[in-house]
Amino acid sequence: MAIEVRIPTILRTYTGGEKAVDASGATLAALIEDLEANHPGIKERLIEDKDGQDDLRRFVNVYVNDEDVRFTGGLGTALSDGDQIVVLPAVAGGS
Amino acid sequence: MRFDSLLDTVGGTPLVGLPALSPGIQPNGAEVRLWAKLEDQNPTGSIKDRAALWMIEHAEKDGSLRPGCTILEPTSGNTGISLAMAAKLRGYRLVCVMPENTSEERRVLLRMWGAEIISSPAAGGSNEAVRVAKQVAAEHPDWVMLYQYGNPANALAHYEGTAPEILADLPEVTHFVAGLGTTGTLMGAGRYFREHAPQVRIVAAEPRYGELVYGLRNLDEGFVPELYDETLIDSRFSVGPRDAVRRVRELIESEGIFAGISTGAILHAALGQAAKSVKAGERADIAFVVADGGWKYLSTGAYEGTIDEAEERLEGQLWA
Repeated sequence: MAIEVRIPTILRTYTGGEKAVDASGATLAALIEDLEANHPGIKERLIEDKDGQDDLRRFVNVYVNDEDVRFTGGLGTALSDGDQIVVLPAVAGGS
Repeated sequence: MRFDSLLDTVGGTPLVGLPALSPGIQPNGAEVRLWAKLEDQNPTGSIKDRAALWMIEHAEKDGSLRPGCTILEPTSGNTGISLAMAAKLRGYRLVCVMPENTSEERRVLLRMWGAEIISSPAAGGSNEAVRVAKQVAAEHPDWVMLYQYGNPANALAHYEGTAPEILADLPEVTHFVAGLGTTGTLMGAGRYFREHAPQVRIVAAEPRYGELVYGLRNLDEGFVPELYDETLIDSRFSVGPRDAVRRVRELIESEGIFAGISTGAILHAALGQAAKSVKAGERADIAFVVADGGWKYLSTGAYEGTIDEAEERLEGQLWA
């Protein structure tokens, strides 16, 4: 199962400069483990320990098919073949 | 309708049905309708007139803003334009910190209303504008930074204005969809609906810009507005320029509403919600915000040529 993950500029040091990489996993947590296996070090940039549990870092946003995973089950968000994942740093929007 | 001054006309905007874009009555009898809250009909043409007026009035009340004061604000445009109008009428000087990659119309308008502009680097977008503004504020301790990203009066404008207006006009509202920037609209309206109509689902549409805007030096420089409380929203969608442009063009073609590009992103999320409601066979009355009109974005090229061309022209710009 291949899921495309778009990587922000700031994390491309881990993907050899690739803008998008393929990964697999039935959940976002599993997919991040798979990413880590192929691009060591990336997990630590995406995830931190919060009260003994893995959680997305505060300034990391992850979208599955354009929807923010914090509202769809977080790291437990279920994934299917063909989903598109975008990782972006949290920045100030227009205003 | 008669008002004492321009500032008294802020708010009270029309809520308009979208007969062509709404899915309408479904085979099971459930009706799915879309409603546009025309915030472009505020005095300077955007929803930010509400936040600007509320922030200024609250700062006057708490004594931090006194006659002759200089106001400082990081802004990509609309808040600055609203503050410039209000500051002019109330007798304040305004200095805006604005990213370089914003449309020329916004700069001209700011200057017209008498604001001074300090440019911040394009890379990093509004993040940089916030950083530069905080630096300038430290150098000028007598200036008043209203700071829309963390000022509770920004959210209060929507708690006291936008949301109650929608609920009064559309008591059957099921969803509220707005853009996510400072988060003020969603936080204020979200809290109002949680308290007064808890069945209303709150949907955020967040513009997704080109890579330049996310060009941080490290992740610790990321930014989440101090106002943001994720418990007040139910879903959050990231919308790129392609979908935003496609939708903003649909809005003018189908309903005659000429809106700014960020409204295209908001409509995209609203139509996504409408499709979900249709699929679930549920009745839905989806109110969404038309944040501003399209006038200030004509020079971006978003309204002409193919969608591919428009998308390319918006690359690297802060289009919302």
